[in-house]
Amino acid sequence: MAKSHVTMKVNGKIVDELVEPRTLLIHFLREQLMLTGPHIGCETSHCGACTVDLDGKSVKSCTVFALQANGAEIRTIEGIANADGTLHALQEGFREMHGLQCGFCTPGMITRAYRLLQENPNPSEVEIRYGISGNLCRCTGYQNIVKAIQYAAAKLTGVPFQEAAE
Amino acid sequence: MNDMTPTSAERAEKLEGMGCKRKRVEDIRFTQGKGNYVDDLKLPGMLYGDLVRSPHAHARVKSIDTSKAAAVPGVVAVITAETLKTVNLAWMPTLAGDVQMVLADGRVLFQNQEVAFVIAESREAAADAVELVEVDYEQLPVNVDPLKAMASNAPMIREDLKDKTDGAHGKRKHYNHIFSWQAGDKAATDAAFARADVTIREFIVYPRVHPCPLETCQCVASFDKIKGELTLWGTFQAPHVIRTVGSLISKIPEHKIHVIAPDIGGGFGNKVGAYSGYICSIVASIVTGRPVKWVEDRIENLSTTAFARDFHMDMEIAATKEGKVTAMRCYTIADHGAFDACANATKWPAGLFSIISGSYDFPAAYCLVDGVYTNKAPGGVAYRCSFRVTEAAYCIERAMDIMAQKVGMDPAEFRMKNLIRREQFPYTSAFGWQYDSGDYQTAMNKAMETVNYKKLREEQKAKRHAFKRGETRDLMGIGVAFFTEIVGAGPSRACDILGIAMFDSAEIRIHPTGSGICRLGTKSQGQGHETTYAQIIATELGLPADNIMIEEGNTDTAPYGLGTYGSRSTPVSGAATAMACRKIKAKAQMIAAYMLEVHDDDLEWDVDRFRVKGNPESFKTMTELAWAAYHEVPPGMEPGLEAINYYDPPNFTFPFGAYICVVDVDVDTGMTNVRRFYALDDCGIRINPMIIEGQIHGGLTEAFGIAMGQEIHYDDDGNITTASLMDYFLPTAVETPHWETDWTTTPSPHHPIGAKGVGESPNVGGVPCFSNAVNDAFTFLGSTHIQMPHDHWRIWTAAEKLGLHE
Amino acid sequence: MPVIPGSFNYHRPSSVHEAVALLAKLGDDGRALAGGHSLIPMMKLRLAAPANLVDLAGIADLKGIRSDGNDIVIGAMTTQHNVIESDVLAAKIPLLRETSLAIADPQVRYLGTLGGNVANGDPGNDMPAVMMCLGATYHVMGKGGERRIAAREFYQGAYFTALEAGDLLTAVRIPVPPAGHGYAYEKLKRKIGDYATAAAAVVLTTSGGKVESCSVGLTNVAETPLWAEEAAKILTGSALDAATVKKAVAAAEAITAPATDARGPAAYRTKMAGVMLTRALARAKSRIRG
Repeated sequence: MAKSHVTMKVNGKIVDELVEPRTLLIHFLREQLMLTGPHIGCETSHCGACTVDLDGKSVKSCTVFALQANGAEIRTIEGIANADGTLHALQEGFREMHGLQCGFCTPGMITRAYRLLQENPNPSEVEIRYGISGNLCRCTGYQNIVKAIQYAAAKLTGVPFQEAAE
Repeated sequence: MNDMTPTSAERAEKLEGMGCKRKRVEDIRFTQGKGNYVDDLKLPGMLYGDLVRSPHAHARVKSIDTSKAAAVPGVVAVITAETLKTVNLAWMPTLAGDVQMVLADGRVLFQNQEVAFVIAESREAAADAVELVEVDYEQLPVNVDPLKAMASNAPMIREDLKDKTDGAHGKRKHYNHIFSWQAGDKAATDAAFARADVTIREFIVYPRVHPCPLETCQCVASFDKIKGELTLWGTFQAPHVIRTVGSLISKIPEHKIHVIAPDIGGGFGNKVGAYSGYICSIVASIVTGRPVKWVEDRIENLSTTAFARDFHMDMEIAATKEGKVTAMRCYTIADHGAFDACANATKWPAGLFSIISGSYDFPAAYCLVDGVYTNKAPGGVAYRCSFRVTEAAYCIERAMDIMAQKVGMDPAEFRMKNLIRREQFPYTSAFGWQYDSGDYQTAMNKAMETVNYKKLREEQKAKRHAFKRGETRDLMGIGVAFFTEIVGAGPSRACDILGIAMFDSAEIRIHPTGSGICRLGTKSQGQGHETTYAQIIATELGLPADNIMIEEGNTDTAPYGLGTYGSRSTPVSGAATAMACRKIKAKAQMIAAYMLEVHDDDLEWDVDRFRVKGNPESFKTMTELAWAAYHEVPPGMEPGLEAINYYDPPNFTFPFGAYICVVDVDVDTGMTNVRRFYALDDCGIRINPMIIEGQIHGGLTEAFGIAMGQEIHYDDDGNITTASLMDYFLPTAVETPHWETDWTTTPSPHHPIGAKGVGESPNVGGVPCFSNAVNDAFTFLGSTHIQMPHDHWRIWTAAEKLGLHE
Repeated sequence: MPVIPGSFNYHRPSSVHEAVALLAKLGDDGRALAGGHSLIPMMKLRLAAPANLVDLAGIADLKGIRSDGNDIVIGAMTTQHNVIESDVLAAKIPLLRETSLAIADPQVRYLGTLGGNVANGDPGNDMPAVMMCLGATYHVMGKGGERRIAAREFYQGAYFTALEAGDLLTAVRIPVPPAGHGYAYEKLKRKIGDYATAAAAVVLTTSGGKVESCSVGLTNVAETPLWAEEAAKILTGSALDAATVKKAVAAAEAITAPATDARGPAAYRTKMAGVMLTRALARAKSRIRG
């Protein structure tokens, strides 16, 4: 199959590569750009481990062809840290609140949470749970993920974080 | 801790040793997308493998034509059983003493069984080629009902065992029979039933489910032709076992096999055994001389890798009319699928199922388990089961509720009456287990007080009246579960995997500048070992946890171990870690005595230093002693500061817990809302409370999924109908309830740090708690047992049968 | 097993005209790619293997939400996210937003389109029954130019609609219900984001305490979405009293023919259609203003 050119901005860097039309964005990112942060956990677009941020949208990169992302601006977990190199509040929050165990869902989860907090800087617990309903986790039971996102929301909006009592 | 001076306490806190909520080391790389999982690996010249699988549950394979597939550009080879036979690998031994086809050898015995392996330059070419392999099948009659497996006209699943009446675990009584295993005293039990005031009998099914870790099973095999060495990266919970087994079946000498388990994206027992994909990748690498990567997809994972449960239990309890249990008797049919690949220790074909007398003082007990073959995927032990403890706990906890109902007692009150009393510990059960320690009454009381159990029952009573008056269509249920776990496999006299005793190990080396490295035979898949083992060492040796590197998973460097599953890491390698530390500490003490010019016995330990008794200003810190070990040791002593311990546990450990759940069932739809879930766990000494809490949350969420909607379901033709995440119920953050965790601490008397392990407790206790809650909602209407899963339609159907829909 | 799609040629037309011409030329060898969240998973499992994909993302005319008289016209490539964010839709046809929020998950909603959801023919999709309930019309561009097909006449069987080879659904036209109308989309599902076990869409207005107009759609309880015309007739003129609702529920149940699947046996799902209808009516009634 003849390859096509695809150009996009990924984590702030312009990339220019050849892909087959059937090359999925997740494979493009992982195999050609060596960004192995986003993961593959299923083939029916349920698990969300492949979530990236594409033109301001949370997107399951396993359900998008690389060609569809031509000209797009993409951010993966590798590009989530702050411009000055410090960890994003979410990365900090996930560690502080024990929001991960095996780490496999974490890149997709943090990348989704990043967009969630752009959509809604002060989400309630219900809104957080609904907002990450496209990201499955098998290890944490989500409770500490919610806390991690609350921690980050507080930090980003300059509010002191109060961990709810058990 | 009473006489700790502020400076001692400050020093202890800085170490981040046992008991503190140390933040995880692993998180630094995981939150930045810098984890190192198998599929992240890319080697020069690497090929990709993909499997052709059978659409049929039972069929003769008349022919396989690989020519079209082999002609796809980029395809390097297509392997079938015929290829594997040339290296005697068409079949492989299982962990359960059976053999299993690696690739279909004349037959397929379950849907999606492996038939051929395509190796190609790219995933795309491999995928295209898989489509083009032509297989001619002749379908055969199918049986997926374990209760029909031993009927006289049942389809024979294992032609290869046709005339073999001797199985790996004794005599086989039918061509589809695998083993019979029994425990307890049948005569005493039968006698107790014969004279019992009250008995209950219920058929309790624990459906087939699957652990479904987010990362599927995968490997990269790389055979170096020149050196004759195989390097195998893979999702292995037990890397050393894979190496030993790999050597035995491939004939490559064990010292020339390097097995590396990098970061693993969840295991839950799914990644213990060897799968066809691993074997095929190894053979492919040997044949092609290039690395071969195999990554399984989700449907493959759910439909062919180690499933869990599928126990069909005919359970009875006998009791006095005052509600004191006198005996229990359980006959189980265990569906092992088409091959017995159940990951049990050798002597235990039904695992540790005989923990089924649970937390209760049964004077007599007996259980018999028959394993059978069906046209389903192989496996059985997985999913936080502690070797069939989940099945046992579910059975006894449901049965206790059913008996409570029969004698007209509240389920919690009935349990209190029958719980093993603290004075009885160490307690020997009717099945011969010696429970190491427990204080069940305190835990139960704490749980009931915290949730205000009495008030909940009053509320339920009022709501039941309201329901009967037509004022509400919700039914409130209260679930109680008091489980006893048995983990830490295990003592060598009882436990071995293919002959290798189930000890485990820790090797610690302290460097001159006071930091160090500890390598262990276990393998974390998310449990935070890099964080927690360092905490043990910090407390034992007085070195900051941050200064201790923890390494697992590389069989060249890690001491031999049996891996991580069955909540065994803390009980076994945790003990090995402590013991190795104590050897180091003993040597350090001698060095300190030499440096301080006193006798060993004149020294006492204070958090991070040895000080002279009565002269606390005279001390040497462990950091100073580390330097000294390399700089100037006492005459006659070897330099260096390291130790290794292989720990053979004297007993299992017995964590326990009291869980209480409140649900509200909408009878018109079958929807169940979990209003509250309270989990009290006693895992002995708690190493990292934050990590324990995380384990409980995760295990309870698995339990919630299992109880409320998961099943690996087959139709009558053997088609698996729940093979993708569309239908296999994995809860999202929306469905998952809020978890309340609590604890008591009853140390294990035989464990060096008194810790018991906790990872699987929430699944063991959680499932019966949910199921008891749902069942409890309906008991006032005469219902005794509703089978899991408690998904909407099944609950609605139960309500319909009770006449609740007018 | 393969989870990589088969090879195909990729096209990205920039106008409706170009897309229609291309689809006509490709015939059975070409499929339109909208949000991709139904088609791409099928392609990965090789349940669909089109030789050509025509990506509609570059066609500006397929986007946008505009008023046209008493109708609102929504471009087919409008995403569920766009629907949720639309102030116009929230104000004028709030049923759409409520339904969008019940579809899949945030990521899927960012890319999944209204056009894809209504044109696919998948009985599990939520929007078709809602469109039938609202009396929507689909704008379809094909070989013979543009035609308009009523949603209530569009669905013929599972994955079988009034679309012919080469047709492209370009927009959805919805007559705006009277201000203050009652509405609800009541969806029973195994978990968030799942297809409905059964769902009911209701739009109604009242006058003097009696139902003046009523429309009911049912999702995933037959091979096609259902417009429960008889049930709605029964409810019209009533005070939504329990006895009338019961009759309407019976009429709704009578037209269902659900599949038995992991969501439950057919008989259960029929009953759930009735329960969802009852709950949707109650919620719709509570929302009536003025």
